Amino acid sequence: MEKARTFQDIILTLQQFWSDEGCMLMQAYDTEKGAGTMSPYTFLRAIGPEPWNAAYVEPSRRPADGRYGENPNRLYQHHQFQVVMKPSPENIQELYLDSLRALGIDPLKHDIRFVEDNWENPSLGCAGLGWEVWLDGMEVTQFTYFQQVGGLEVDAVTSELTYGLERLASYIQDVENVYDIDWAPGVKYGEIFKQPEYEHSAYSFDHSDTAFLFSQFQAFEKEALKQIENNLAHPAYDYVLKCSHAFNLLDARGAVSATDRPDYLKRIRHMARLIAKSFLQERAKLSFPLIGEAEAGKWIEKYGEKEDK
Amino acid sequence: MTHSLLLEIGLEDMPAKVIVPAAEQLKDKVSVHFKDHDMSFDSIQVFNTPRRLAVKIEGLAEGQKDKTESVKGPAKRIALDDEGNWTKAAIGFTRGQQASIDDITFKTIKGEEYVFVEKHIKGLSAEEVIQKLEGVLPSLSFPVSMKWGTHSYRYIRPVHWLTVLLDEKVVDMTLFDVPSGRETRGHRFLGQAVTLDHANDYQARLKEEHVLVDRNERQALIISQIQALCTDNNWKDPLDNKELLEEVTDLVEYPTAFYGSFSDEYLVVPEKVLETAMADHQRYFPVRLDDDQAKFLPYFIAVRNGNAEYIEKVRKGNEKVLSARLADAAFFYDEDRKLSIDDFVNKLSTVSFHEKLGSLYDKQERLTAIAHLLAPYFDMTDEQIGLIERTGMMAKFDLVTQTVNEFTSLQGDIAGIFAAERGEDRQIADALSEQYLPKSTDGRLPETKLGALISAADKLDSLLSFFSVDMIPSGSNDPFALRRQAMGIVRIFKAFNVSVQLDKLINAIAETVISVETKASYMQNTPVVIDFIKDRVDQLLSGEEGLSEDYDVRQAVLESNQTDILALIDHAGVLTYQKKQPGFKAVVESLTRVSNLAEKADDECSISTDLFETQSEKNLYEALLKAEELMSEDLNADQQWQVFAELHPVIDDFFDHTMVMAEDTSVRNNRLALLKRIDDLSSGFARFDRLVIK
Repeated sequence: MEKARTFQDIILTLQQFWSDEGCMLMQAYDTEKGAGTMSPYTFLRAIGPEPWNAAYVEPSRRPADGRYGENPNRLYQHHQFQVVMKPSPENIQELYLDSLRALGIDPLKHDIRFVEDNWENPSLGCAGLGWEVWLDGMEVTQFTYFQQVGGLEVDAVTSELTYGLERLASYIQDVENVYDIDWAPGVKYGEIFKQPEYEHSAYSFDHSDTAFLFSQFQAFEKEALKQIENNLAHPAYDYVLKCSHAFNLLDARGAVSATDRPDYLKRIRHMARLIAKSFLQERAKLSFPLIGEAEAGKWIEKYGEKEDK
Repeated sequence: MTHSLLLEIGLEDMPAKVIVPAAEQLKDKVSVHFKDHDMSFDSIQVFNTPRRLAVKIEGLAEGQKDKTESVKGPAKRIALDDEGNWTKAAIGFTRGQQASIDDITFKTIKGEEYVFVEKHIKGLSAEEVIQKLEGVLPSLSFPVSMKWGTHSYRYIRPVHWLTVLLDEKVVDMTLFDVPSGRETRGHRFLGQAVTLDHANDYQARLKEEHVLVDRNERQALIISQIQALCTDNNWKDPLDNKELLEEVTDLVEYPTAFYGSFSDEYLVVPEKVLETAMADHQRYFPVRLDDDQAKFLPYFIAVRNGNAEYIEKVRKGNEKVLSARLADAAFFYDEDRKLSIDDFVNKLSTVSFHEKLGSLYDKQERLTAIAHLLAPYFDMTDEQIGLIERTGMMAKFDLVTQTVNEFTSLQGDIAGIFAAERGEDRQIADALSEQYLPKSTDGRLPETKLGALISAADKLDSLLSFFSVDMIPSGSNDPFALRRQAMGIVRIFKAFNVSVQLDKLINAIAETVISVETKASYMQNTPVVIDFIKDRVDQLLSGEEGLSEDYDVRQAVLESNQTDILALIDHAGVLTYQKKQPGFKAVVESLTRVSNLAEKADDECSISTDLFETQSEKNLYEALLKAEELMSEDLNADQQWQVFAELHPVIDDFFDHTMVMAEDTSVRNNRLALLKRIDDLSSGFARFDRLVIK
């Protein structure tokens, strides 16, 4: 077995590795979300022609996956290590494999596969092609080339790597139960997260106030739509994230009927699409600062015009 | 001297299911390219792995042959002026052909002399023709394709290398900005980059680098490895799961089969669930003891993409993953065991089948009512009929179980298993597990009558319901797989000898299942549904079973007034046979003549015997009455054909001796009415005027 590493060692190793490869180390975004993709550092930055290379840990909340801290594999909140590189580098697959080597996973001693898995996030109007990466049969990473974001065809393709940190850690540390993972020397994952897992599960399944959550959803939606009209993409997007989390809580509570479900998702998707467009136009107004002047011209021409229409 | 050509496209890992079709496409397109360029070759072989598509051509011609072509110019009288000098037209023509006036000859065509020049066209070299493949390679089509980087082109996956060798020489070309070379790559982990000296070194050099580019060789190795494991352990050969074997073959470049185990505490979980967790989710082969009982064992066989080094570690990893999956499955199964069938059924009304089509409970009620209406056509025993209500009214219960929520492909199977566990009649359990069959156009059919009945009723309900709200498949847009479901109905009706007029059946369903107010909207698309089902009959007839390859026969039958699937199939069979018999043409001609004239008849007209004037029309009328009587009896398709065959001489006699378009309008209309009745009768069998006779 490789040298056992703590959870935080794994994070540090990945951060070091990807920062050496030119990624900016961002921090987790401070609004609840179900996946690292939903962070504006991925969702918004995947839109438009500007390059973007970033890596960050994203705590991801999925209320329906809560198990009161009793299931060895399923969690209300797990941690994703998210890497986005745009445009996708030629050697992104090799870089990824090198990152596994950096974690002490020698491909010669394992069976590593790229198994087709086309990814779609209907609530954000996103779609991509790629793989789930298998390490001896276990899915440890989702690997995606974005093709569509917020309903917009991409100008430059973002490659997204989403490592499931708990899975990697339980593999590297050879433990059966996520709560037995060493987070830091002498501190187990369970000692930090078992209580919140229990409490969040109890809240999501048994105690949440559905009337309150429904009214929250509506209020957040109203505010998001208002800020979209003001062309304030970032605050509007924060409220969409809040809508999404309120919806996930309601869904976990069984408060959304199967018939109403598609309608809620449609409302979220509608807002995400408007924000994607608004973000792109605002970037055009700023002359796409990350792309360099030589390149920016043609894109300003492409997207600047739209406003006048 | 001939050449060998190797062409390999190296890409990021392709989806398993596209590898074989993509390689075949490459082979076809390259073959066609050389044929189109008049370049012969002896053989073309295709190679593929998840990371490469390749073709190898042997005995490729050295190049195109040089050709001499005779090119026609202006007429002599235009080419020469009055003084006998070459005109501008002649000079311009020769210049355009890169020739000179000295090359001009004359030939006479249709009495007029023309200018000709002999043009020598130099053939392209093999290399030049190969370079033109540049335009062919990007044209492969894939079910989904992607963009990458900042490129605008699309392909199945990003392309990384292009190896093109004509014998020992690199042919310069590019694919998506990737230049060709003599380099290829070995196995991602076990191999190195390879520089090929000669096209013929391809297979051997890659084998050294742990890539088996020959798919047959790869598969044969997997089979022998798995069989060796089975022999050693006294296990049954699991390779009857062809689909999994095919997939695994396309997931590896260098296979090594190994086995692992899991705790036997999970064997309490239904085998179907264990099999699905292993085969569908993990691509493992489940294992059984090789004896009569074929007991399910807590082992699995997996195929690694690599060699046997560190296989223990790989085995341990895979065992761990499977354990976690099975622990989940066992948890869901245990949770489900706490509930009765009624508990599940009670939840169905809260789950929507489709937003426009009510809940799963509504769906179940409709299918049960349809099953009752269909039952008489399935020739069932009273006991079986007695089970319909119970079977139908629990048909969808497993859709709210946690086990199906986790293993969606097991819908139906789980209903059957849970029903049996909870003491339901064995026939009910079997029918429930068969309710989604056939799952593909040519998939396995239900074996029990009750299963076939429930399956057909469920599919009919889906078809009629979606059509009633105008959700009709078009082009590639068929999200609810209604084509497949309609095909399922056709195949079940054929296999179980279900003879029923679809229009009457649909009417009866609308009467029974749907409220009076909504009947009209439910029925609005009935003709469209019937045509939709007939299209599937067409597909069945022209399909693999080869029941009728004749397009005209299928058209004649499918455009008839007949709406009984079984009858349509039988009529096509008889016509296909009769078409090869001597009397066929005469019969078809008679009835086609009837059809053509019948079009002139009023819809309202009726036959009045008082208006008959000739003996031949009286005879025809008598023959018609007799034919109508015969047709109302229970005749098979062959006997029905005989009825029309016997009508044919009487029809011919009628046409020989009776003037249909008589001057007297009432006599004429009477004769047309007579012909129309014959046409109505024959249209129930086939549209004879659609048959092509030579």
